[in-house]
Amino acid sequence: MTPLNEVDGRAIPLGLKNIDTDVIIPAHWLKTTSREGMGKGAFEGLRADPANLFDNPPYQGAPILIAGDNFGCGSSREHAAWALGDLGIRVVIAPSYSDIFSGNAVKNGILPVVLPQAAIDRLMEVAATDPVHIDLENQTVTTMFQDRFTFDIDPFRKMCLLEGLDEISLTEKSDAAIGDYEQKLDAERPWMRPAA
Amino acid sequence: MTRPRTLYEKIWDAHVVEQRPDGTALIFIDRHLVHEVTSPQAFAGLRASGRIVRRPDLTLAVPDHNLPTTARRDASGHRLPIADAESAAQLAALEKNAPEFGIRYIDAVAPEQGIVHVVGPEQGFSLPGTTIVCGDSHTACHGGIGALAFGIGTSEVEHVLATQTLLLQPSKAMEVRVEGEVGPGVSAKDIILHITGTIGAAGGTGHVIEYTGSAIRSLSIEGRLTISNMAIEGGARAGLIAPDETTFEYLKGRPYAPKGADWDAAVAYWKSLTTDPGATYDKVVVIDAADIAPSVTWGTSPEDVVPITGVVPDPASFADPSKQVAAAKSLAYMGLEPGTRMQDVPVENIFIGSCTNSRIEDMRAAAAVIKGRKKAANVKWAIVVPGSGLVKAQAEAEGLDRIFTDAGLEWREPGCSACLAMNPDKVPAGERCASTSNRNFVGRQGPGSRTHLVSPAMAAAAAVTGRLTDVRELIA
Repeated sequence: MTPLNEVDGRAIPLGLKNIDTDVIIPAHWLKTTSREGMGKGAFEGLRADPANLFDNPPYQGAPILIAGDNFGCGSSREHAAWALGDLGIRVVIAPSYSDIFSGNAVKNGILPVVLPQAAIDRLMEVAATDPVHIDLENQTVTTMFQDRFTFDIDPFRKMCLLEGLDEISLTEKSDAAIGDYEQKLDAERPWMRPAA
Repeated sequence: MTRPRTLYEKIWDAHVVEQRPDGTALIFIDRHLVHEVTSPQAFAGLRASGRIVRRPDLTLAVPDHNLPTTARRDASGHRLPIADAESAAQLAALEKNAPEFGIRYIDAVAPEQGIVHVVGPEQGFSLPGTTIVCGDSHTACHGGIGALAFGIGTSEVEHVLATQTLLLQPSKAMEVRVEGEVGPGVSAKDIILHITGTIGAAGGTGHVIEYTGSAIRSLSIEGRLTISNMAIEGGARAGLIAPDETTFEYLKGRPYAPKGADWDAAVAYWKSLTTDPGATYDKVVVIDAADIAPSVTWGTSPEDVVPITGVVPDPASFADPSKQVAAAKSLAYMGLEPGTRMQDVPVENIFIGSCTNSRIEDMRAAAAVIKGRKKAANVKWAIVVPGSGLVKAQAEAEGLDRIFTDAGLEWREPGCSACLAMNPDKVPAGERCASTSNRNFVGRQGPGSRTHLVSPAMAAAAAVTGRLTDVRELIA
């Protein structure tokens, strides 16, 4: 996973609430055994409109996406995060996310920034003409107009993003603890093992 | 004396392998369900890093999303290939990966094949008090038998395959209490649609929802699975319903369920899985069952719910400006005008199926309405897709298949089908579908499709009249 700290660039002012993962990547794009090339299908429905934001030259390849409440709701498909990543997006800014999406995003080096609606409204204005700057280390979103918004992030997720960590290798350090748990489980609740 | 705990806290606490100082915990996963769509990249990851599946005995794979629901064998019993090359490749990947990594596999033509969330409880693989994950958001379903079950992404699928754990932040606990008795024609689906409309699509975000109250307690396991299945539509990663005698009765004797002395020990443990008196939830919503009507969605978010006796709302009637924008977009997509009576909305397609509503009780409820009636002339496509081969066999033993086919509906092979239209079962652009599935998202049932979420009985009623219909008029 590519580490992420500072991101500076244009932000796509999408702004809609309840953007579900079927909108981010429709199901027919899930018929693949690869993680690659998903950007072509990203927001396919919205991009069928020639006047869409994503293919508007100032926003092509923009690293930031601004959305409304409950971004990434619905299906658990990680393809949504892969599609955003392939489109070049490293940061999403929204008032809230579905729990599954925000986890998938972080695992793919995409930072889900949570800011209140008022801040989102202001950033939508800025995004119409100018870039937005994100600093994960200091947990800030700033603009050239002296806007400065701070955001909260779970410290573990922050570390994973900053260092580009592979979570499986990290968990494998707890191998002995997992083994102990399995032994205890077999002793205390032997019926937990599938009977057949 | 220990602090009173919620059901969620009890299951969480029993699965902590390691508590981390930053608040996250390494949680043991008791059951991992795998299907063909969200697993190929995870197996490829294992292969690339030289890792193995830590606990193949706790892992069960079954294909469901891509399979066509038409015949899977020819007249002489030979297995038919899947025409769509990409779907066939995903199925082939699972068929290769499962034996290579030593995982239990129910193949596409096995009698037990079905939707992974129907198969888990049906096989007794899903048990109360267990943690269950699957690369599918409707894993929330298994909360209906009292399991802490939630959907995960493909990176997490790989993580569970490799380590049998997940690193998680605890969720908050939310209670949705439904008290009283529902009226005639009101099913578990109507209860969960009503709840979703009440709390909103993000109402449960960051929470695990425990469903309590007499209206929940009196539901069968099939009904409870329907409720918990759609916890995710209210934003909650998991739903929970405390196990009780109804649960134990349902599970006893199922293939993977404990047997003999193990069964008695399991039941004794499961009886401890209730929220303690005095335990507090972070959020509580109370609903009077008498307020719940047969329900239907009008928009493109599962929170867009009205009683079937209601009308399409005016976007201006919403207080939240962003909801006004979303509602206007939804109505444009759905081709609906504010003020239109829901019962006047014609439907050309009917889908009875999905992990929400494809169990035997759902088949019976739909058949009871259809029996002796005919599909309306304007309904072009009406399919009934049982949730598993075992549901299909049971329904056929009861003669339900004939009731559907005599009425002009198609009786299909089990799978996810038109719920998400990854297989050939799609709703044409611009057409409506009365669907027993769980999501009315833009394009969910095919590009341009217009979905109205309903119960099995309501879908059957719509099949008969050719419009969204109050099923109470047909069963009175």
